[in-house]
Amino acid sequence: MTKLRRRFNPTVFLLIIFFFNSVLRPALALVEGGEGLEEEFTEELLLKPLPDRKVLAHFHFQSSAPPSIANGRHHRLFPKAIAQLARKFQIRELELSFTQGRWNYERWGGFDPMSAANAKPPGVELWAAFDLPLNEIDHTWKNLTHALSGLFCASINFLESSAAYSAPSWGFHSNSSKLRYGALPREAVCTENLTPWLKLLPCRDKTGIALLLNRPSIYRSHYHSQRLRLIASEFTGIILEQALTVVLQPTMRSNSLASSGYGFLQPSWSISSLFGKEVVGQCVLAKTSRIFFELEKDLAFKVDKLQPLSSWNTSAFELSGIPNSNIRELNAVKNLGSSVLYVFEVSNSNDHIPLDVGIRWKIPLVWSCPHAPFHMNRYLMGSGNERGSIAISLRSTHLHERFSKASDGCAVHAVIFQVVPWYVKVYYHTLHIFLDGKTQIISDVVRKMKISPSEDKLSPGSMELLLRFPCNIQSATLTLDFDKGFLHIDEYPPDANQGFDIPSALVTFPDFNCSRSYQLDDSIHYKSPLLSKFQEGNPVQTYTEVLLVPLTTPDFSMPYNVITFTCTVLALYFGSMLNVLRRRAGEEERLERTKASEKPGLIPLLLSKLSSKLKIKGKEPESSPSLSTSSSILGPKLLTKVMLVGLLAVIWNYYLKNG
Amino acid sequence: MEEQKPPAARKSRLIVRLGSFLVSHSAFVSVICCVAGCIALLLLPVLAKNTYVSENALMPGSANPMFSNQDVLEANRFVKDIYEKRILKDGSGMEIARLIGKHMEDVGAEVYYHKFKYRNLRFHPLCFFSSTPRTAVLQNSSACTLNGVSPVGIIRAPRGDGKESVVLVTPYNSENIKLNEALSLGLAYSVFSLLSRVVWLAKDIVWLAADSRYGEYTSVASWLKDYHNPTFSSDSGKIGIEMCFEKTENHVEDESSFDGAAYDDFKRAGTMAAALVVKVTDKERSERDRVDIYAEASNGQMPNLDLINIVHYLAVHRQGLHVRVGTFGFLLNSALLKHVGKTLQRLTRLAESLNPGWKLGVNSADFVEGTATLASSMYYQALGVPTGPHGAFRDFQIDAITMELSPRTSLTNDNGISSFLLRGGRLIEGVIRSVNNLLEKFHQSFFLYFLTAPNKFVSVGVYMIAFALLVAPLPMVAAALFSSTANARSLTAVSNSKPTNSKPVTRSGSWNWLHSAKLVFLVHLWALIVSLLPYFISQVPRTNSTTNMLSWSLSSLLILYLLTRLTKSYVEGYQWEVLKSVMIAAASIGLSLMSIINFSTAQVGSILLVPMCLMVRPLKQPIQVPFFPAALLKILNILLAVVAFPPASLAILKGCLRGFESINIGDFWEWSEFLWVWNSATYLFVALVHLPCWYLCVHILLHN
Repeated sequence: MTKLRRRFNPTVFLLIIFFFNSVLRPALALVEGGEGLEEEFTEELLLKPLPDRKVLAHFHFQSSAPPSIANGRHHRLFPKAIAQLARKFQIRELELSFTQGRWNYERWGGFDPMSAANAKPPGVELWAAFDLPLNEIDHTWKNLTHALSGLFCASINFLESSAAYSAPSWGFHSNSSKLRYGALPREAVCTENLTPWLKLLPCRDKTGIALLLNRPSIYRSHYHSQRLRLIASEFTGIILEQALTVVLQPTMRSNSLASSGYGFLQPSWSISSLFGKEVVGQCVLAKTSRIFFELEKDLAFKVDKLQPLSSWNTSAFELSGIPNSNIRELNAVKNLGSSVLYVFEVSNSNDHIPLDVGIRWKIPLVWSCPHAPFHMNRYLMGSGNERGSIAISLRSTHLHERFSKASDGCAVHAVIFQVVPWYVKVYYHTLHIFLDGKTQIISDVVRKMKISPSEDKLSPGSMELLLRFPCNIQSATLTLDFDKGFLHIDEYPPDANQGFDIPSALVTFPDFNCSRSYQLDDSIHYKSPLLSKFQEGNPVQTYTEVLLVPLTTPDFSMPYNVITFTCTVLALYFGSMLNVLRRRAGEEERLERTKASEKPGLIPLLLSKLSSKLKIKGKEPESSPSLSTSSSILGPKLLTKVMLVGLLAVIWNYYLKNG
Repeated sequence: MEEQKPPAARKSRLIVRLGSFLVSHSAFVSVICCVAGCIALLLLPVLAKNTYVSENALMPGSANPMFSNQDVLEANRFVKDIYEKRILKDGSGMEIARLIGKHMEDVGAEVYYHKFKYRNLRFHPLCFFSSTPRTAVLQNSSACTLNGVSPVGIIRAPRGDGKESVVLVTPYNSENIKLNEALSLGLAYSVFSLLSRVVWLAKDIVWLAADSRYGEYTSVASWLKDYHNPTFSSDSGKIGIEMCFEKTENHVEDESSFDGAAYDDFKRAGTMAAALVVKVTDKERSERDRVDIYAEASNGQMPNLDLINIVHYLAVHRQGLHVRVGTFGFLLNSALLKHVGKTLQRLTRLAESLNPGWKLGVNSADFVEGTATLASSMYYQALGVPTGPHGAFRDFQIDAITMELSPRTSLTNDNGISSFLLRGGRLIEGVIRSVNNLLEKFHQSFFLYFLTAPNKFVSVGVYMIAFALLVAPLPMVAAALFSSTANARSLTAVSNSKPTNSKPVTRSGSWNWLHSAKLVFLVHLWALIVSLLPYFISQVPRTNSTTNMLSWSLSSLLILYLLTRLTKSYVEGYQWEVLKSVMIAAASIGLSLMSIINFSTAQVGSILLVPMCLMVRPLKQPIQVPFFPAALLKILNILLAVVAFPPASLAILKGCLRGFESINIGDFWEWSEFLWVWNSATYLFVALVHLPCWYLCVHILLHN
C-alpha cells in the first residue's frame, strides 16, 4: 500500500480526489434522500390492562442506521457506542435483558407477542450471534461481555468464563453454531443500568415518551424488564430495539377493595397516576411517536357482547382522551373475539394539552389472557446435601381443544433448552419422562436431543430436547438426577450460604406462532415498528423459574482454626518423624550412662524421682487393689506439694490483685 | 485399644507412659471422671450463655410492624365465618377448606388444595434413616371426605425471583373445628393478607392450612413429601378438587376464572428458608399473653438457634409476650434440686468473696428452673420424636419451629382476643420479615444446643464435656482389665513353667479375648433379633399391648435359650474380666456412634450405662477390700442391674411421674411402638447397645 502510494504522483492523487467528489457525492446524497436508508428513530408505548388489576406498560424505542458504507462512521441519531460495538465484534444479532421480578404466565398471558418477546428470566440474559469464523467466536464473546459490562454498569463480565456461557445449536432461537448464550440470574437490576440504556436514546428521558420513565414508579413495579436488541447486517444496516416492559399496580381506592364478592371493579388509572408524569409532546427527533392502548381479546369480546366496541366510551369503560384511531386484530377464529388497539398520536400534545391516556371502568369485568399450550414449572426434588433432582413439569392448558376437538393424531412439539452450571452434576442418562404420571420410553417422546455434559470448572452442561407429546395429555414431567459438587474454597461466590442458582430453562413451542396482524387504517399510513413486530410474531416460549440449589459450604469463618489444626498436625508429624530418624537406642543408653555419672540438676532430679515413683506404681496394680494405689498416690508428700502449689497460686493471685 | 508395654522395657515414650499410668490407675481415674461428668452435667444450667442474634441480616424488630387493628378486624371476621361453618352437618370440612381457599384467592394468592390420604405410620425394620421413596403417586379413592384436604396459598413476592419461600402453617381439624383453631386460622389469614399488600417481600410466602384430622404431623409431612417429589395431579384428577366442591357450589362463578384443574395443580415456591407453625391454645392462663416455643425435631435435631432468638426477641422486647420453652414442671418443686441450687449459690458466693473478679452469679431459683428446662430439652432430644408438626420440616433440612400462642383471657373475650391477635400478628409479621431479610440460609448460629431458658442455651462445646468425661473411663478400664488378665496369665505361666515354653502360653493368653468376643457377638446378635421381633408381632391382628409385650419378651427369652444352647461349645472358657473388657469396648463404641446420631440419647444412656459397666463384677467373687465397701459395691451392682433394664427403667420413670399404680406391662411395648413409628434412633440405641450391655452385665454378675 505504501509502495503504491509512493508511486502515485500528486496529479494522480488530485485526480482521485476529484473523482470521489464528482461521482460519489451525488450518489451519497441520493442515498440519504431515499426513504429506507436514513437513520430513523421511533418511540412507542403500549398500555394494556391486565386481568389481575395490574397494568402493563411496554416502551418500545427503535433506532436504525443504514449500512455503514453509506454514511461512514458518523451518525445523526443512532448511538455511536452501539454502532462501534456491532462493527467491532461483527455482531449479527444480540439481545441483552435486565429483568427484575417474574412474568406471570398464567395471569399476564403466555400466548401473545408481548409475552413471547418480552418475558425474560430474572437477572441478566445475554445472547449474541456473530458473523465470524468459529475459532474467533469465544474470544470475541469475552471481549463483548467486557464491553457491555462497562456500557451498562453491570457484572456481565462474569459471563466471560467458559463455565458461564454455552453454545446452543438448535434449542435456542436459530440453527446456528455461532451463537453464545449466558445468563446471570442473581444480577440485581437498578437505575445504574437504566441510565446508560436511556443514554442511547436521542432524546434521553428529557422529552417524548421516555419522559414517563420516572425511576421510583418504574422500580416499584411488579415486573420490570429492560431489553436491548441489536440486529445488524450488511444490507439493512443496524437496527437497535430498546424495550422496557413494566407491570404496574395502579393505586386502588379503598372502597373498591372493601367491596366483597366476585364483582371487583377494576382500578381506574391513567398515565399520570401510574408514572406521576404526563406526555407533553414527542421527541422531536422521533419519526413516529404513539401510544397504543390495547384491549385483550377476551376483554374485547366481553365488552363487545355488552355493546359493539367502536367508540372510546362504552358502557363498560371510558378512555380519558380521544384516540386518534382504533385498530382491530384480524382474526381467523371469529367467535373468540379480536383484540383492539386505540392509537394516540403524541405529536398532538404539548405543554398545555398533555396527553394523559387512561381508563375508567364502569362495570366489573373478569377476563383472562391467552395461555401458552402448557404451563411450565421447574422445581427441585429431594433433600440433603448430596444429591437431588430437577423436575420440569408441563401442565396442559387445553389450548388445542379450543382450536380443534381432540383428535388422536394431533401432537405438540416442545423444545427445552436448559443450561446447568458445572457444580450441579447432572446425570443425563437419568432422564425420566412421565406423561400423565406414567413413565414413558424416552425414544417415544424425544425426537431430537443434544446434550453436552458439563466439564468441571470448564463448561456448563447444556441440554436441548425436542419433545413430541400427544395433544390430549394433562401433564408431562421430566426429571433429571444430579449430584452436588464440591467447590474449591476460592470458587465460592459471596453469600455462598444462600445456595447456587440454576438459570431458567427455556421452553419453546415451535408449533405455535403468536403473530397478530391488524387491519390497518388509512390513518396509519406509515408503518409502526411495534405493530410490525407483532405482525412478525415469534414462536411461543416460556421461561421457567430460577432454581436455588443449596450446596455444602465450608465454614468460612474458621480459616484460623483450620490453619491451627493443620499446623499442629504438621508439627506433631515432623516432631515424631525427626525423633524416629534421629534416635539411636545404643546412643541413648550411652548418653544416659554418662549423664548418670554427672551430677543432675534440680529439676531433672525431681522429674526422675517422680517418674521412678510412677514406674513403681505402674508395676504394682495387679498385686495390690486399686484403692491402695490411690491412697499411695495421694501420699502425704504429694498432697503437701499440691497444697503448697495451690497456696502459692492463691497468694500470687491476691498479690497481683492488690498490686 | 492400647496394649500395655511389658514392664521389662525400661524406658518408653512419654505418651505411652502417660497411657500406662492412666490404665494402671483406672479405678481411681474412672471414679473421678464419672463424678466429674455428673457434676459437669449438673452444672450445665450454670454454664449456659445468653442467646444473641448472630446473623446480622435478620435485623429483628428494626422495622415498625404494619399489622394494625384493621387486620385484627379482618381476622375476627374470618374467625366468625369459619366458626359458623362448624354448624353445617355434612362436608363441613370441605366447606371450611373452600372458604379458606376463597379468602386466599381474594387477597391475590395462588391457591390449590393439597389432598392426601391418611396412611398409618408403620414400623419397617430397615427404614431407619432411609429417605422416603422417590416417586409417590397419590392413591385413588372414591370419596373426597376420606382424604384430608389442605388449602395452600402462595403469595409471589412482587419483585422477587421466586427462589426461596417462607412457610406458615396453621393446623386445624376440619371435622371438628375448635375456636382456638379458628383463631389460629384467622391470625394466619390476617397476616397473609397483610403480606399480600406489602412491598418489602423478597421471598414467596406459602400458607398451608393443614387439615389435621389425621394428625398435624401427617398432613404437613405429606405436603412436604409432595413438595419435594413430582406429583401427578392427573392420577387423582379423576376426582379433582372441583368434584368435591360440586355439591356445595352454587355460585355464579365466571367460567373462565374457575379452573378446577388449577386448584389441583401442585404449585411450588422454591427452596424453603424457614417455616413457622402457628397454633393458638387455651390450656392454661397466665397474667400475660404467652408464646410457647417447640423446636425439637426427629432424632434430636434442632432448628438454627437464630430462629428461636428472633422469636424470643420480638416476643419479649417488641410485643411484651411471655415466652416459654418446654419445662419439666415436677422438677421445679424438687427439694433435691433446690438444695443443690442453694449449695451452688453458697459456693459461688464463697468463690466471689475470694476473688471479686469472678462473676458467677448463680441464683438458686434460676438454677432450678434452668435444670428443669434443660432436662426437658434433653429428654425431648433424646426421645428423638418431634414435638410438633415442625419436625416434618427438619427432615428436609428446613428450619422450623412451632409457636403456640395462648391469650391471657378466655377465647370468647372479644377485647382480650383483639389485643392478643394484634400482638400475635405483629410477632408473626416480624419473624417473617426477619427471615425475609435473610440473604443466606440460616447458618450463622448454633444447630447443636440445649435450651435452659428461652434466652439461654448450652452449646455443643460445653455439653460435650460431660459426655466425654463419662465415656472416657470406658476404654481405659477395658484396657486395664485386659492388661491385668494378660499379665496375670503370663506371670502364672512364667512361674509354673520353664521360660522356654512361656511364649505359646502368652500367645494363647493374648488371644483369650476371642472367646469372650464370641459371647459378646452372640448377645448382640440376639439383641438385633429382639429389636426386629416387634415387626413380626405387630403383624398379628387383634392384640393389645400387654399380650404383645408378653409375646415379645417370651420369644426373646426363647431365642436367647436357643442361641446359647446351639452355640454352647463355642463360647466356653472365658474369664469374666476379659468378658467385661470386651463388653465395655463394645459399649463405648456403641455410645460414641450414638453420640454422632443423637447426642442427647448417648448422654442420657451413658448416665445409666457407664456406672453399670464399670462397676459390674461377679457377686460370688470375693473382693479384697473391707466389708463395708464390698457390700456397697454389691448392692450398687444389683440396684443398677435392676434399674438399667429398659422396661424397668421406663416403669420407674413412669412411676415417678404419674404414680406407681399406673404402671402396666404393656407400657414398654407402647413406648417402643411410639419410638419406631417416629423412626427414632433411640429405639435402636436401646435395643442394640443398651440391652446387650445390660444382659452381659447380668451375665457377669451371675458368673461363678
